[in-house]
Amino acid sequence: MTGSESETWPQDIYRILVNNRVRQVAYVPDMGHARLIEMCHKSSDIKAVVLTTEEEGVALLAGAWLGGERGVLLMQSSGVGNCINMLSLTRICRMPLLILVAMRGQWGEFNPWQIPMGQNTNQVLISAGVMTFAVDDQNRVKETVEAATKIAFEGSAATAVLISQRILGAKTFGK
Amino acid sequence: MNTDRSKSYPLRRRAVVKEILAQRSNSLVVAGLGAPAWDLAAAGDQPLNFPLWGAMGGAVPLGLGLALAQPTRRVIVITGDGEMLMGLGSLATVAIQRPPNLVIVVLDNERYGETGMQLTHTAGSVDLAAVAAASGIPICSTVRDKKGLNAILLQIRKGAGPVFFDIKVRAERLPLVLPPKNGAYLKDRFRLALLGADAVD
Repeated sequence: MTGSESETWPQDIYRILVNNRVRQVAYVPDMGHARLIEMCHKSSDIKAVVLTTEEEGVALLAGAWLGGERGVLLMQSSGVGNCINMLSLTRICRMPLLILVAMRGQWGEFNPWQIPMGQNTNQVLISAGVMTFAVDDQNRVKETVEAATKIAFEGSAATAVLISQRILGAKTFGK
Repeated sequence: MNTDRSKSYPLRRRAVVKEILAQRSNSLVVAGLGAPAWDLAAAGDQPLNFPLWGAMGGAVPLGLGLALAQPTRRVIVITGDGEMLMGLGSLATVAIQRPPNLVIVVLDNERYGETGMQLTHTAGSVDLAAVAAASGIPICSTVRDKKGLNAILLQIRKGAGPVFFDIKVRAERLPLVLPPKNGAYLKDRFRLALLGADAVD
């Protein structure tokens, strides 16, 4: 029930990234990001980089910024905890960072193992110096990602958009 | 684990770094935290050096992002065995991206040098060049002496990368030579030197 073909927000995010000159898209996949990842892999404007763990993406995008390119990091909420120490790089160097988080462990979660990180994602990001923008209505994804992108790159700030399970649909594994 | 082996390795880290960077031309150089950052400073601090003071495990992925952003420049990552071990997965990520301009050099003294010279995994069974090779990095080897070092210098400068060299260096305590540590300054001077006016957009 994730990402039905009629939903336009993954395409909206893709267009925002391209329009804002984002060139590197680093990700550990989530079902909620599946369509966006597919579009990035097909794009000639974007280098899609699959990671083995999310903190690699924080360092990768710091390197991209040093080299004059903008990037975005896609992950699910369980990956946020993996990034904490690496986020000191972004913070102490005052670099922009844009993270799009597909939430788990909140709205209608069936897997209890997702709950501890999902319930703490927002606080953990704020503690690590990342501004957060939660969105739980698919009609507001576009404006929220636009706002977070602008603050990140115009303000040399770390920002994260938390895309709710209300939008992504709770996973069921057929239960 | 071989507790004393690396005390008698012939290559000395500071001389190795100087040799590697002697003809760096306009290469961009990233150093992992701890001794490799001090070695880079000892070889000569300059704006196109980016020494890390933290972010352990991040040197290689940072170098990858830089190499993808600057495909016409050589990007040389110089890091330690402990730092590399924390980010082994990044070798897999590098291998998939296959940036031809990325060089990874590990100064492998088989120790966590900054924390009391405790042994790392490379004092035991772990072979970093084999990990890199198994990940799919096309040019990989372990270097143990001056002859071996001379043999890789050309590949560091020109080899179709990514290339990975694990250089076994003597475990030794050296005087600290510290680069600037203000991260915002390091970033700004690097971007200004590399991008000029585009650094401030």
